[in-house]
Amino acid sequence: MTQPSLEPGSMLDGFLIEDAIHRGGMATLFNVSRADNPMPMVMKIPRIGEGEDPAAIVSFEMEQMIMPRLTGVHVATFVAAGDFGAAQPYIVMERIAGEPLLARLPELPMPYGEAVAIAEKIAAALADLHRQHVIHHDIKPSNIMFRPTGEAVILDMGLACSDQLPDLMQEEFRLPFGTAPYMAPERLLGARDDPRSDLFALGVLLYFFTTGVRPFGETETMYGMRRRLWRDPVPPRKLKPDYPPWLQEIVLRCLEIEPAWRYPTAEQLSFDLAHPAQVKLTTRSERLKRDPLTTVLRRRFNKDLTRPRGKPTLAAHLASAPILAVAIDLSEGSPALNDELRTTAGRILATLPSARLACLNVLKLGRITIDKTLDEHGHNKHVDRLVALRHWAEPLKLEEHRLTVHVLEAIDPASAVLEFAEASRVNHILIGARRNSVLRKLLGSVSAKVAAEAACTVTVVRCNAAAGQMPADIVTEDADQPIHSG
Amino acid sequence: MLIALFADIHANQPAFSACLAKAREQGAQRFVLLGDYVGYGADPDWAVTTVTDLVAQGAVAILGNHDSAVGNPRVQMNAEAQAAIEWTRGKLGPAQRQFLAQLPVRVEEDRLLFVHSEASKPDSWIYVTDTSDASRSMMATSAHVTFCGHVHKPALYSLSVTGKMTTFVPTSHIPVHLLPGRQWLVVLGAVGQPRDGNPAAAYALFDTEKREITYCRAAYDVEEAARRIRKNGLPIWLAERLLVGK
Repeated sequence: MTQPSLEPGSMLDGFLIEDAIHRGGMATLFNVSRADNPMPMVMKIPRIGEGEDPAAIVSFEMEQMIMPRLTGVHVATFVAAGDFGAAQPYIVMERIAGEPLLARLPELPMPYGEAVAIAEKIAAALADLHRQHVIHHDIKPSNIMFRPTGEAVILDMGLACSDQLPDLMQEEFRLPFGTAPYMAPERLLGARDDPRSDLFALGVLLYFFTTGVRPFGETETMYGMRRRLWRDPVPPRKLKPDYPPWLQEIVLRCLEIEPAWRYPTAEQLSFDLAHPAQVKLTTRSERLKRDPLTTVLRRRFNKDLTRPRGKPTLAAHLASAPILAVAIDLSEGSPALNDELRTTAGRILATLPSARLACLNVLKLGRITIDKTLDEHGHNKHVDRLVALRHWAEPLKLEEHRLTVHVLEAIDPASAVLEFAEASRVNHILIGARRNSVLRKLLGSVSAKVAAEAACTVTVVRCNAAAGQMPADIVTEDADQPIHSG
Repeated sequence: MLIALFADIHANQPAFSACLAKAREQGAQRFVLLGDYVGYGADPDWAVTTVTDLVAQGAVAILGNHDSAVGNPRVQMNAEAQAAIEWTRGKLGPAQRQFLAQLPVRVEEDRLLFVHSEASKPDSWIYVTDTSDASRSMMATSAHVTFCGHVHKPALYSLSVTGKMTTFVPTSHIPVHLLPGRQWLVVLGAVGQPRDGNPAAAYALFDTEKREITYCRAAYDVEEAARRIRKNGLPIWLAERLLVGK
């Protein structure tokens, strides 16, 4: 089989090869164009042949299997592939403009806010990848780019795997493949089926970007890498006294040795990065020293910790840790409905120990009036609502880290709930419906709009009325009417 | 072209009818039948007639061990299979026996190999249950994809150019691209007697252009198939196992 020439100016399957933009250990990237497709494109050509690493072939095969299945803004759009059966294997994909995140290493350590904003975008991209049944296994700055619209794009699926496809890397190589400083401890034990390995890598990135230091150094030896199975990193606050406790909480939770102690999903990590004030601080946030030697030694010689165990499938894992949002109407007219909402939320939370609950209330702004922060008795309305939401949630007896409360200020309650759900990647919205409301007739139903327009599952909760009897709602046309669902 | 593949029909009329209907709806243009049309189930006459008709329309049909046992009274099987095959012999006419007897044990076309069991000795009826069986089977052929049945549990194996094996339990209805750089062994689940814990009938679709395999399941009236087995006095376990897919 003769290999076609890959010089600039030559053609391959209708693609005009332009300049080489990157020559790496596993593959070469060329800019390409095609008359019938205006999209900026790159062609990836694997390095195969005498003396080349067989990993290059297998990782290219994995990428060929995974890339055509991925969609959305967080990946480079797949265009075409020529596989090993053809004269020249290649993958053509969308070219993402700009520089990878790697280009920003000279700026480290970055201001906290900037690093957190980057991590939040990467977490959102990871959530989208995991939802599509793919674990990346090589999250690092050189594989992250950003679209002009701001979304993170995750590149290079060469080490990725999917629970819906055969894992070619798993059987081919006994040693873990990946980038040493970012590799999760369980990867060193051969586990490739845990999406929380990607959260560990993102934790490494966030630690590195905020402190300027890699939490596990740059060691490439197997022993050096294995140390992370028992040795925890130096707490960031030890390196930078001004390190925010909430940020240390997030970073150290991502870097937990045991995957079960990390965030259960990328959505939940993204949620905390977006709501720093709501991060529940534990002893992690205060730590100034690494774990004592006794703890380290216990881990070092605890066979249970250094042995991988069976896990549910990726999809089952994600489904077990949803973010629930409940929209609560605090008006005096609907205590029964609020009880019903609590009962419904309680039922879902009881079956899913990793689920978390965001309680929402909309502080309705007048369209024309100038709103006052204080009510007629001089109380801060926003704070009052937060207190009321906590009071509503109290009977659920949720652990602190599973509960957040949010008062949204908006003119249109339905839009406020929808925007929150989208921005926070909520998986399930619970909202009450009121019947026979004059306001509903006049203004339309909030729950109907939320149910119709939300991207996630919506449960509309109703009070069970006695047979033949509809509950009569008390409606007041107050400018700051809280959310009136339904 | 979209090929629909069926293995281990085992005289289960409701199951095979459901699979055929669904595959036609999905656009299958060609049918490949991987053996064991009879045995266990209550409709051997219907099953053989249906397969004969499909072959007349261009389908490929391979011989299975139960089909072979119909014409070989000396073949020893386990007690339930034995009872079922003896009952089956009485239900088939000479033309049907003749049809089964002349079926090939292997057919190869366009680098696709169709067999009932492990391909290195296709008439020895060896089960492919692990990577060593799968590797022996793939080493015995240069075909890009081998399709077999016999074990009644779906699986997908591949053999890389460096001699490494991969094994995978397929997800139903998700297409998998069978990369041309390695060899593949597609083990089909059973149409008429699934044993992977899912009672739904199993079959597969292979897209010859995209080189994509999709493992499919078709829900069917399991109660009806079980009722027919009981009505005909076949061993009761053959009815019960259909309900649980074991």
